[in-house]
Amino acid sequence: MLIKVVGRRLAYSVLTVLLATMLVFVALQALPGNLATQLLGKDATPAAVAQLDAALGLDRPAWRRYLDWLGGALHGDFGTSLVSHQPVLTEAGGYLRNTAMLAGIVIVAGITLSLVLGVVAGLTRDRWPDLAISGLSLLGMSVPEFTVSTLLVLVFAVQLAWFPAVVTAGPTASAGELMQVIWLPAAALTVVMAAYIIRMMRTSMIDVMAGEYVTLARIRGLSGPRILFRHALPNALLPTLNVIAINIAWLVGGVVVVESIFNYPGIGTLMLQAVHDRDLPVLQFIAVLGAATFVVCNLLADLAAVWLNPRLRTPGRAG
Amino acid sequence: MSVLITPDSDPAAVPTGRARARRFALPVTRSTVAGLVLVAVNVLVALAAPLLAPYSPTQPDALSAIEGPSGAHLLGTDQLGRDVLSRVLYGGRYALLISLSATVLTVVIGTILGCLAAYRRGWLDEILMRILDSILSVPAILALLVVVTALGSGAPVIILAATVVYCPALIRVVRAAALSIVGLDYVTAARARGEGFWPVLAREIWPNILDVVMVEFAMRASWIVLLISSLSFLGFGANPPTPDWGLMVSENRSLLTVVPMATVAPILALASLIVGLNLAADGIAKARGIDRITGGLR
Amino acid sequence: MREPAVKMMKSTAIAEVSGLSICYRSGERDVPVLRDVSLSLAPGEALAIVGESGCGKSTLASALVGFLRSGSRVTAGSVRIAGEDILAGSAQTVRALRRSQIGFVPQNAGQSLTPSMRVGAQVAEVLRMTRKLDKAAARAEAAKLFAQVRLPQPDALVDRYPHQLSGGQQQRVAVALALAGQPRLLVLDEPTTGLDVVTQAGVLALFNTLRAELGIALVMVSHDLGAVATVCERIAVMYAGRVVETGRTEPTFRQPSHPYTRGLLSSVARIAAPGLPAGMPGSVADALELSGCAFAPRCEFAQDSCTQGDAPELVPVTAEGAVAVQGTARYSACLRLPEVLAAPAWESEVRPRRPRERGEPLLEVSGLTVDYRRRPDPHTGPTVSDVDLVVHRGEVVALVGESGSGKSTIAWTVAGLRRPTSGTVTLLDRATVPGEARPADLTRTAARRDPAVRRQVQLVFQNAATALNPRRTVGDAIVRPLRLRGLRRDGAVAARNQVLEGVGLEPGHAERLPGQLSGGQQQRVGIARAIAGGPTLVLADEVVSALDVSIQASVLRLLDDLREEHHLGYLFISHDLAVVRGIADRVVVLYLGRVCEEGPVEKVYGGANHPYTRLLLASVLSTEPDGAPGTGSAADEQPESAPPAVGCPFRNRCPHRVEGLCDQETPPWQELGDGHRIRCHVPVADLSAAELGVRA
Repeated sequence: MLIKVVGRRLAYSVLTVLLATMLVFVALQALPGNLATQLLGKDATPAAVAQLDAALGLDRPAWRRYLDWLGGALHGDFGTSLVSHQPVLTEAGGYLRNTAMLAGIVIVAGITLSLVLGVVAGLTRDRWPDLAISGLSLLGMSVPEFTVSTLLVLVFAVQLAWFPAVVTAGPTASAGELMQVIWLPAAALTVVMAAYIIRMMRTSMIDVMAGEYVTLARIRGLSGPRILFRHALPNALLPTLNVIAINIAWLVGGVVVVESIFNYPGIGTLMLQAVHDRDLPVLQFIAVLGAATFVVCNLLADLAAVWLNPRLRTPGRAG
Repeated sequence: MSVLITPDSDPAAVPTGRARARRFALPVTRSTVAGLVLVAVNVLVALAAPLLAPYSPTQPDALSAIEGPSGAHLLGTDQLGRDVLSRVLYGGRYALLISLSATVLTVVIGTILGCLAAYRRGWLDEILMRILDSILSVPAILALLVVVTALGSGAPVIILAATVVYCPALIRVVRAAALSIVGLDYVTAARARGEGFWPVLAREIWPNILDVVMVEFAMRASWIVLLISSLSFLGFGANPPTPDWGLMVSENRSLLTVVPMATVAPILALASLIVGLNLAADGIAKARGIDRITGGLR
Repeated sequence: MREPAVKMMKSTAIAEVSGLSICYRSGERDVPVLRDVSLSLAPGEALAIVGESGCGKSTLASALVGFLRSGSRVTAGSVRIAGEDILAGSAQTVRALRRSQIGFVPQNAGQSLTPSMRVGAQVAEVLRMTRKLDKAAARAEAAKLFAQVRLPQPDALVDRYPHQLSGGQQQRVAVALALAGQPRLLVLDEPTTGLDVVTQAGVLALFNTLRAELGIALVMVSHDLGAVATVCERIAVMYAGRVVETGRTEPTFRQPSHPYTRGLLSSVARIAAPGLPAGMPGSVADALELSGCAFAPRCEFAQDSCTQGDAPELVPVTAEGAVAVQGTARYSACLRLPEVLAAPAWESEVRPRRPRERGEPLLEVSGLTVDYRRRPDPHTGPTVSDVDLVVHRGEVVALVGESGSGKSTIAWTVAGLRRPTSGTVTLLDRATVPGEARPADLTRTAARRDPAVRRQVQLVFQNAATALNPRRTVGDAIVRPLRLRGLRRDGAVAARNQVLEGVGLEPGHAERLPGQLSGGQQQRVGIARAIAGGPTLVLADEVVSALDVSIQASVLRLLDDLREEHHLGYLFISHDLAVVRGIADRVVVLYLGRVCEEGPVEKVYGGANHPYTRLLLASVLSTEPDGAPGTGSAADEQPESAPPAVGCPFRNRCPHRVEGLCDQETPPWQELGDGHRIRCHVPVADLSAAELGVRA
């Protein structure tokens, strides 16, 4: 039964990504007017437009272009950047790596911290640790990323000068260089992401600790730590998994703003450039990447849920 | 709810005739009130900005550029000499207009579709969920950037795009709430009487999901405001010289060390609006016993 | 029910409750839950605490294990377990008591087992904590405990998760968990609620067995008098937070010394009494808070002195006629004790069945089959298969069976909420609708039926709380079907008030929300809503199962009155055989969606039966138990839930099973005369002659 469950989720995820690529394709191709005309300018001669059309393959019907793109994508060929004329994947490679580093730190540090704080808040409900943590997380989710970043820059870069306000390294910077400057962007992202996870974990803990099986465990005379780790946490984590997955996927979107502020050479910066330059293949690639990340994260969350929740792994009784 | 006390044995739950009939109790907790007040203040200020602002928000005055707070300019001026206070007072208009329009659209469309999916189930439900999942998978900012690339950044485009981006999550929440209602006996009784979808939606389902919808409205509004201001910050939302908080932060960031208020003031204003929306959402959710957090997808 | 020979000496009482008062904070007020409760329990004794909603028995049960619901606090008194104060003691003391002296079996076992841990591991956890065993030894010991609670295949069950067990098995696991610490006292909170009739009987027998084997003391909190009579030799009756009567169970049931106990006993539908129980007027919401006896508003013996002064104290019962047993006293908190004891026996307060006028056939179901399966499965059959039914006007036909028997499915199909896969469902006798003489086809869904037809078939639901829209007033709920009948405004309001009065409510109730009414009143609104449409056929789906016993009686009487007044036909669904005996004219017994027996009620309850019916009848609990109902093995409980593709559905549990026949061929009908027939391969004369039905 486990294989069936996992298999179904996998198939479903693939379907979702495919649909998402279609949606992105449709959105981008819904340009009013002719793309080539827009790229060349209004004064372009019809001949030049036709030539660019052919070069870009715009004279073929949309569905064929989509299938071509899809076929290429499955081989790692996402087209050629209209700006740099490099293969999209090569172009994006460095940026991707940098964002991955950033995201990696945020995920590891952020999630661990949020889970711990959430558990603490849930256990100390309505007492001062909870009030402090809940208050801070309310603030954390009420301020957009650019706000947090700006404030962080104000405090740590301008006033305290611990970190540089702006990253000067480019997409090809080495990991070592980046590590020195990665902390403010990472902090900005962590603050916002943590807020959601903390709140979810807190609610989940409160629910589980007030629930019937925890109550009965107490009545059996089991000790506090035992109840917390063996009975409460595995069940409290379940609803939080989805929130964690969504937040990880959100990172892909959230980095756009943060990277822009700090000039961090990641995929978000590339995205903004592509919007500016109307570099469609790159845009397409990044949007699809975002969708794929979201789907993969959800899939992982689902698999983790299956591992934690025996009801999903084993057939139950009707009675 | 403790295992050891069944609902029946709580004497407080045994109703007496002395209780007043209240069709719909407004959730009044301190945080709800605080939240609603904050939101109301923001809306009123945005509406009354022409009356409150001491200067025109777009009038440049090169002679008074980059000044700190003073008697003439309570919050100082920006690099074009515009009064920061006036720009902050006007600054919420763009975001509020777009966000509220998008939120209303999202909630109306989302509620109807969510209830329809819960009521009919079957293949309509399945297909809808698949499509929604795909839309949901593209991160909001990316989706908006893609749309903006294709269609420009005019207000109607952004409103529609934000609606499309946020509808799926709302539809899921409403559908889940409606599903729990649709299975109940009183809806079954209505169906057995032969009542159709719209009467059942209006009489049986809607009054019982109203609180969930209210919470969702406040939540969506806060996220859409966040999104729009981020978009303005990136330069794809409001266009200069429109006063807009996100845009202001972007414009004045480089002058952070010189005139910090020009950046901090719009940040505080924005925060007040969003904190207000979140407090209101939290308060309503708590008072009505809604689990706000599992329901929300960003 | 065996009685261990035990001398009760107060100083060695295992549990001692002294003057306990607990209250609960609701909004601004302090609501008292328990008032000055005193009890004591000797080692090895079994005490029952009975009462209905709002009496505080669950709070008392949790206080015994030292647990207070958040918002509650002790305002007076104490609870001592083995001499130690468990409510006021230190955390270590409390934990020590919970580990070794006292065990608790909660009401809803399914929710009380940690879903992420295997059941064996949960038991082993306790064993390792209390007895310091290592992993392997603990696991073996857990298996032994499972065997002691008579779970099947204990070694395999140890590795299962809670959701993989049936309700009865989960309950037994909860008992094993409670026993793991080798306690001297076991507290059981409504241990049989939510369990099927057969499972209930098994679990109760298990408690008796465990008492005999381990000599533990038991406190059983329950509203089910029959369950209590089977297990406990002492009883305490509670009303509105006070103990109103205590004593030995048997004499108390034979001759109650408090009006509430009388009322309670006379409200219980008894399978041995053909007729509707008497019930009690009013509800516990009428209880007085300040002066006098809380029960006075509902009491037939009450006088003015009962409502003045303090609440009556418990006094020993020594009037003539009370059987005094050496060493145990009876107590009653009633000022009118002599009159109560002198009153005629409570058994006489039964409304006997009135002669019914059976009208024309109203509903005809023939060969009904409903299949929910998405994919055809060769090993199983449809949910409901080949059901035939006839309901006449003025007649009550009961559909009886356990959960999974398909009775609700059939009702919903008749109501038009499910489409049958095959068979016919026809509504006849439409003479009340002028010009319409054709029978109506009910296989169409409700939306497709003629409005006149829709009005004629109405549903009443089990759970009144979910049957009424919490946001619409009672009046709204009733007016809606009236509107569909074409009444408007004043006409509708007048009709509405008439309907309300017809179900025993007042027109003033129309402005209330369902949440402001008691359970019994809510159910009356549900009935009113059904009647308002002017139906001829009423489908009553477990309508009294969720109600307090004393309310059940009055609702049943209401249904009976309405039947007579409007000449209605009922399809009455229930799992409670005693209730069915009181109200039904004909009985159809279902197992796994197939009919196994049907006939007039006296025939079905009086003699030759299908083996499944026998099992059901034998499992029914009575307040006059006559011997041990078995060893409490779980083998009787329903192990499967999918109907078979061919053959008799009962074959896996039937003691008369014939190999090669019962699992291959559908059993034929055997006519037993007077419309009574069973479906069995074995000739009825060969079915054990010794097991006749219930004594009339």
